[in-house]
Amino acid sequence: MSERRMETPMRRVFGLGSASGGTEHWWGQRITSVALIPLSVLFVIPFIGLLGAADLAAVKAHFSQPFHAVIAILFIFTTALHLQQGLQVVIEDYVHSKFWRMFLLLTNTLGVTFLGVLGVFAIAKMAFAG
Amino acid sequence: MVEFALPKNSRVVAGKTWPKPKDAAKGRVKAFKIYRWDPDTSDNPRVDTYFIDLDQCGPMVLDAIIYIKNEIDPTLTFRRSCREGICGSCAMNIDGVNGLACTTGIDEIRGAVRIYPLPHMPVVKDLVPDLTHFYAQHASVKPWLETKTPAPEKEWRQSAEDRKELDGHYECILCACCSTSCPSYWWNGDRYLGPAALLQAHRWLVDSRDEATGERLDDLEDPFRLYRCHTIMNCANACPKGLNPAKAIAEIKKMMVERKL
Repeated sequence: MSERRMETPMRRVFGLGSASGGTEHWWGQRITSVALIPLSVLFVIPFIGLLGAADLAAVKAHFSQPFHAVIAILFIFTTALHLQQGLQVVIEDYVHSKFWRMFLLLTNTLGVTFLGVLGVFAIAKMAFAG
Repeated sequence: MVEFALPKNSRVVAGKTWPKPKDAAKGRVKAFKIYRWDPDTSDNPRVDTYFIDLDQCGPMVLDAIIYIKNEIDPTLTFRRSCREGICGSCAMNIDGVNGLACTTGIDEIRGAVRIYPLPHMPVVKDLVPDLTHFYAQHASVKPWLETKTPAPEKEWRQSAEDRKELDGHYECILCACCSTSCPSYWWNGDRYLGPAALLQAHRWLVDSRDEATGERLDDLEDPFRLYRCHTIMNCANACPKGLNPAKAIAEIKKMMVERKL
């Protein structure tokens, strides 16, 4: 907030005006948080039993069941979305250079999309290709 | 990026230590370490140490800094007016916490009393911060009644129940203790309106007489103006009037969702 330019304090406050957004992002973050509570439980608890078995065929059989496959896909999708939303907030909070902000926001979206699709594809492969 | 260290010309260096009072009773001398910066020199800010005989001085931190200005060092600069917590002029960082010097007792603080200007604001001199941007942000939320209906001959009427909605809002004295205690305001204060301005925005959103609720929400709906609030709650902790700006901001967010559902 240094006096870089000869502009009035009001001009500085109004800036480029309201972006008319942010609500979907904020509300979406709450929804994914809440959704992840049952999804985590339903995904992780059956999975713990599998860890003891440590048999590839058993894992593939597990994820070929529609219920477990769908829960796993929803869990991965929601986690990826929540991760993207959360990292976006961190970047917006702390990164002030225009270039780095844009670069990191894009990297975040593309990177998390890649990880999410990778996860979903892996589940689908186990479910369908066996 | 976020600034983790102060810029070179803002680094605080050791300052002058003033002599102790001569004939003070044992255990009645209190040390005050006060931030000093003079815009007329090129010197870095420094922390000066003063010693006060508590038997010669009133009970509040403001009494102590007035005593220092009158009796020890007349160059010490700070704002003060009402000395009873209603004007908000003497807001400063006392012992690491934002508050009003006039309502903070010297005996509330153990050891030396460290006094700094409100955090992360440009300093005008010593304990005087530049609040221009803070005041402009308050003005930007249009803190006045907006109506479309022609003004009634006598007055805009409001039920006692609706008037109660304004409790917890109107008491704000705009001292800036809350906004300057908020990390989100430190990092993004140029765009984030901060707890004080948003508390007043909510005050007009819930006023039963106001007819511009939608426009007010439109103006606030912005990832930076409103949504930089991450419910850190420093604002509620810092408020010397016991208000809760964080709750008001949460209510604004709820209104934003409500009008979409």
